[in-house]
Amino acid sequence: MAHFEKANSVGEWLDQRLAVNTLKRVLAFEYWIPKNINFLWAMGMVLAATFGLLLISGIFLLMYYQPNVETAFDSVNYTIMTEVGYGWLWRHIHGVGASVVFLIIYIHMFTGIYYGSYKRGRELIWLSGMGLFVAFSAEAFSGYMLPWGQMSYWAGMVITNLFSGGSLEAYGLVEWIRGDYVPGQAFLTRFFMLHVLLLPLVIIGLIVLHFGTLRIPHVNNQDGEDFDFEEAARLYKEGNIKESKVIPFQPVFLAKDIFVMGVYFILFFYLVFYHFEFAMDPVNFDPADGLKTPAHIYPEWYFLWSYEILRPFSKDLGLIAFAIAQVIFFALPFLDKSENVAPASRRGLFKFWFWAMLIDVLILTFMGKLPPQGIWNVIGLIAALAFFALWIALPIITKKEKKL
Amino acid sequence: MNKELKIFGVVAIFTLVLYWGVEPFAHSQMHKHVEGDNFAYSEFKASGKKGDAVNGKALVTGAAACTGCHGIKAINAPAPMDASMAGASYGVNPPDLSTAGALYDARFLAQLIKNPAHALKVEHKFDPAKGKMHPMTQFYGAGGDIDQEIADIVAFLKSIAPKEMSNKEAFENACGRCHANRYGKMSQLGETPKFKYKKDELKHQVAILEYQDKLKAYMGKLPPDLSIIIRARSEHFLETFIENPQSQLPGTSMPAVGLSHEGFEKVMAYLSETGDPSKPARGELGPLVLIFFIVFSGLAFLWKKEKWKGHH
Repeated sequence: MAHFEKANSVGEWLDQRLAVNTLKRVLAFEYWIPKNINFLWAMGMVLAATFGLLLISGIFLLMYYQPNVETAFDSVNYTIMTEVGYGWLWRHIHGVGASVVFLIIYIHMFTGIYYGSYKRGRELIWLSGMGLFVAFSAEAFSGYMLPWGQMSYWAGMVITNLFSGGSLEAYGLVEWIRGDYVPGQAFLTRFFMLHVLLLPLVIIGLIVLHFGTLRIPHVNNQDGEDFDFEEAARLYKEGNIKESKVIPFQPVFLAKDIFVMGVYFILFFYLVFYHFEFAMDPVNFDPADGLKTPAHIYPEWYFLWSYEILRPFSKDLGLIAFAIAQVIFFALPFLDKSENVAPASRRGLFKFWFWAMLIDVLILTFMGKLPPQGIWNVIGLIAALAFFALWIALPIITKKEKKL
Repeated sequence: MNKELKIFGVVAIFTLVLYWGVEPFAHSQMHKHVEGDNFAYSEFKASGKKGDAVNGKALVTGAAACTGCHGIKAINAPAPMDASMAGASYGVNPPDLSTAGALYDARFLAQLIKNPAHALKVEHKFDPAKGKMHPMTQFYGAGGDIDQEIADIVAFLKSIAPKEMSNKEAFENACGRCHANRYGKMSQLGETPKFKYKKDELKHQVAILEYQDKLKAYMGKLPPDLSIIIRARSEHFLETFIENPQSQLPGTSMPAVGLSHEGFEKVMAYLSETGDPSKPARGELGPLVLIFFIVFSGLAFLWKKEKWKGHH
């Protein structure tokens, strides 16, 4: 056993047993972040804060929510909204948070794509981040089932039906997933379990992994510059903070993060109090009714682009396209053949690829919500084909890219 | 700093375009636009006759007149049948007329008395040529000038109407015989009382179920509970739908209600109370939270400036 001296303070006592001083140094005061960054580098902490809000509001909601097909709808819309003190606040934070978290995830993702932050040793940062995107998607979908409104029910019906695999007609698999022929009690309870236990555990695990993957390759910077972190850290510790290319996570990086978070929370709570409707679809305020299909069934906005890749094709082709679209972003570090780690603006054709991809995903998102008829169908089909054309073009244009 | 603002501008523009595309634009394409009439009922012509309430009372309470089916509590005329029995006889319980003069538009009332199926916009359901009569008999006149007599009846209804009405009463009278509002503890038989004994509670539930069965047979399906309809439909939809259900849902068996604009606002206020009860609390707490985060951001900005001093 280690030898323990008598401690003179609580801090010292803890340090002897937990090495808190070392932890603080390694995780905060001497965790080095490049200085050459902009506010987009705060999106990670903004996401962590939003996840925190979702977790806390979720815990409060969990105390009153009833996972039962008879009572779920009213436990959300009556008990929580009327009888529980500030229940409405927790619910609106949870609903708005679930939507806004995807906006920040997409900003975070496209920031990574723009600055090439998935390359040269940073592949795992990208892959664990994509893992988080998938886990958040599953979390969002399972959560959407819980109020047991019309859109919960019918979205559950449509999405679980995808697992029949088109012409494979694997209805046995669909029934196994639902625990019934149609969404019912078994379905609701298992999505409840996924939403409040299994998926949050997966997300927390992936967040730890995502932070871990940053450690060795370090955070990227605005110019994709590759410099010696040890040397920069030495300069900083010697007091040459102006010459050094790094800043410590605590307190310098955090000081900026907290400011960005403050501004973000102004927007966030403006939405919570004055503009929450966008995050809570009106259709879901009709109780689930298996005999009444809503006129329009569409997913939440953050799934629309991939939904639109499914829609314009025939049944089997659509499913294959959809399946590829779900995983293709994982392949980004391996399909980008260029050595350059630099902002897209300096990378020749990749610059156009980036903006084309962003605009294409935006168009797919628009079309995904519109009724599938007339010109919308044509635009949707072209945008879906363009999506695949861009991915096929990526290795070709990046291979030809000039080395910077 | 300038560069950061530029980047922020790009992110903000893309975010706003995204919002515009999936919310206002998508919804404008998904729902057809229906022009309302602002509860003026301008399609019905006013007779221009000035009504006499005293004569109206005689017409309403005379033999085989309105009170044959309708109760009028305001003049101590009870309904001839209780709600369940009336429901069994007519499909739906005929309304008590005490508040009609306050809730409904005068032009609409005149048209309703003259030709119920036409005023209620349910002629697709009730066609005398096919032997399907509307349960409310039309007024054929009492021997004099029919337009004058109708004006008298409307004047009488106006004279007995309460000056003040709560939002809940407006809902109960205008919607409550077909629609429940469980968050407001209202069934089609009115406010659900508190029962001391389970047995009495169950009896009441059975009475509601029996009434609902008749209603189902009459309307084709059970009209939806309106507890939270204010969040399930847009205000514009509710306004145009209540004014003329056929405009939004062609073929629906829901009749036009005939609410005046004031009556409509009272009903909407009640639906907002039950469906969106946190509205007042949001208004109170919202500014405080926003002020907190504005101050927070200001202090955070000062802290940031301090910590970054000497870094560039």
